[in-house]
Amino acid sequence: MKHKKQWMETVIHGVFLLLGLITVGCVLLITVYLVLAGIPALRQIGLADFLLGDTWASTASEAKFGILPFILTSVYGTAGAILLGVPIGFLTAVYLAKVAPPTVKRVAASAVSLLAGIPSVVYGLVGMMVLVPAIRTVFGLPDGASLLAAIIVLAIMILPSIINVSITALEAVPKEYEDASLALGATPVETYFRVSVPAAKSGIAAAVVLGVGRAIGEAMAVMMVSGNAPNMPSLFQSVRFLTTAVASEMSYSSGLQQQALFSIALVLFLFIMLINATLNFFLKRSKEE
Amino acid sequence: MPNQQISGRRKAYIALMKTLMLVSFALTGALVLFLTVYVLWKGVPNLSWELLSTQPSYLSGQIGILPDILNTVYLILASLVLVLPLGVGAAVYLTEYARNQRLVALIEYAAETLSGIPSIIYGLVGMLFFCQFLNLQTSLLAGALTLVIMNLPTIMRTTQESLKTVPQSYREGAFGLGAGKWRVIRTVVLPNCVDGVITGCILSVGRILGESAALLFTAGFAHAMHGFVSGLGSAGASLTVALYVYAKEQGEFGVAFAIAAILMGLTLLIQLLAALVGRHFKQRRSL
Repeated sequence: MKHKKQWMETVIHGVFLLLGLITVGCVLLITVYLVLAGIPALRQIGLADFLLGDTWASTASEAKFGILPFILTSVYGTAGAILLGVPIGFLTAVYLAKVAPPTVKRVAASAVSLLAGIPSVVYGLVGMMVLVPAIRTVFGLPDGASLLAAIIVLAIMILPSIINVSITALEAVPKEYEDASLALGATPVETYFRVSVPAAKSGIAAAVVLGVGRAIGEAMAVMMVSGNAPNMPSLFQSVRFLTTAVASEMSYSSGLQQQALFSIALVLFLFIMLINATLNFFLKRSKEE
Repeated sequence: MPNQQISGRRKAYIALMKTLMLVSFALTGALVLFLTVYVLWKGVPNLSWELLSTQPSYLSGQIGILPDILNTVYLILASLVLVLPLGVGAAVYLTEYARNQRLVALIEYAAETLSGIPSIIYGLVGMLFFCQFLNLQTSLLAGALTLVIMNLPTIMRTTQESLKTVPQSYREGAFGLGAGKWRVIRTVVLPNCVDGVITGCILSVGRILGESAALLFTAGFAHAMHGFVSGLGSAGASLTVALYVYAKEQGEFGVAFAIAAILMGLTLLIQLLAALVGRHFKQRRSL
């Protein structure tokens, strides 16, 4: 009887161990599949031609698979979204964490989580119907679907991550620091920006990196506003990102073309892994502080 | 008066920072307000009982989104049923069983990695693994399985957080009465982490509702009507995918806005629900 019970406990322990390891298994599965699927096209096209080629003509009779335009568009698009979104998100976070009265803070918190919850296709739709025509009229372009439209949509989409993570970091600053600064004669606003913000810098850096990850990985909203032509990035031109390059041709591709799409996904995955490692570094340092 | 000692430069700095903060905050607020009002204002007039209760017909040229609504419900149900035991089990392993700190760190790192992977990559791997390798074809089941992997970290994290708040004395009391480990987990630990599981479910439903890139290549675009079981085996568009197809490929912006308004309403509802549930459990805990 006792023996049987112990045997059962061991089995249950084993089952939970397997369940615990399932996340590790999923990460391995994704990595292995992307590498296996991404390598063949890289071999056939050649790593340098693939990464540094500036022409993507996958359906041409003499097909060319250069993804430099996609890589640069993703980098520029993300950088633009960060440039635009981080200052707004950061300043909003300082206001909400330090200045705003509790009621405003509570309402704003739910507004920010609503912003985070809106599906990306809805952002894409509003971008398509409001932003793209607005850009066309303001800048007198034949078509407003451009890198600029994508940057603005991405900047809005990363706001919630930046605001929430920054608020958490700012609220974790020990009150003694701020009290000391106030006692030395600094005004509240000076204290927030010269004491609280530097003390929370790792957490705020984590917020920015999280924003980078969100922006570079977004596909659907960007697909709806950026025009999708495989041009070299330019603010007012139709462009294609790494994510949208995968999404826009996947449904009808085959052969080398499809394998090249897998290789693009592999490149994107490597970017994301790099960003994740950076994010973890900052989060860890922020916790230690 | 301390104010008299503040130099003009400092005053200008303070005023500038204050203005910048207020402008940023106002901008963010205006953005949320504009998005909500605009989507509802453009979408609600396009909502009709006919749109909600029919399927698209090429004969009459009418568009109905009932199949898409059903597909979304099926996806949510199937994903939750599969992800709950996996996520809760993983959380139980981490808080109740795991002794090896390295292993715990590895599992948590994997979970963080999963939550950072973009959905388009999930869609691609889901297509390769579930649709092609496991031969499920483009189907709601393949889509749901992809969503399971995506939502695993969420359920795991919320469950883990609530498991950590179960007082150690409960477990010790049960062990002291002679209960085995599994019995303690089943009768003492699990019933006390219901709040984490429910919170995780709400968050996951929100995420599934808004997901599109991962479903495009795994669950497909079809608008046919199915029951739950036959639906899982066949391709179908969720509301988000339907929105994308109607807006981008077919230029049916009225329908797209109607779907956007539905999604917006549901997102608001989920936020409200999450807040209510959070408050309810907080109150119960503090009793």
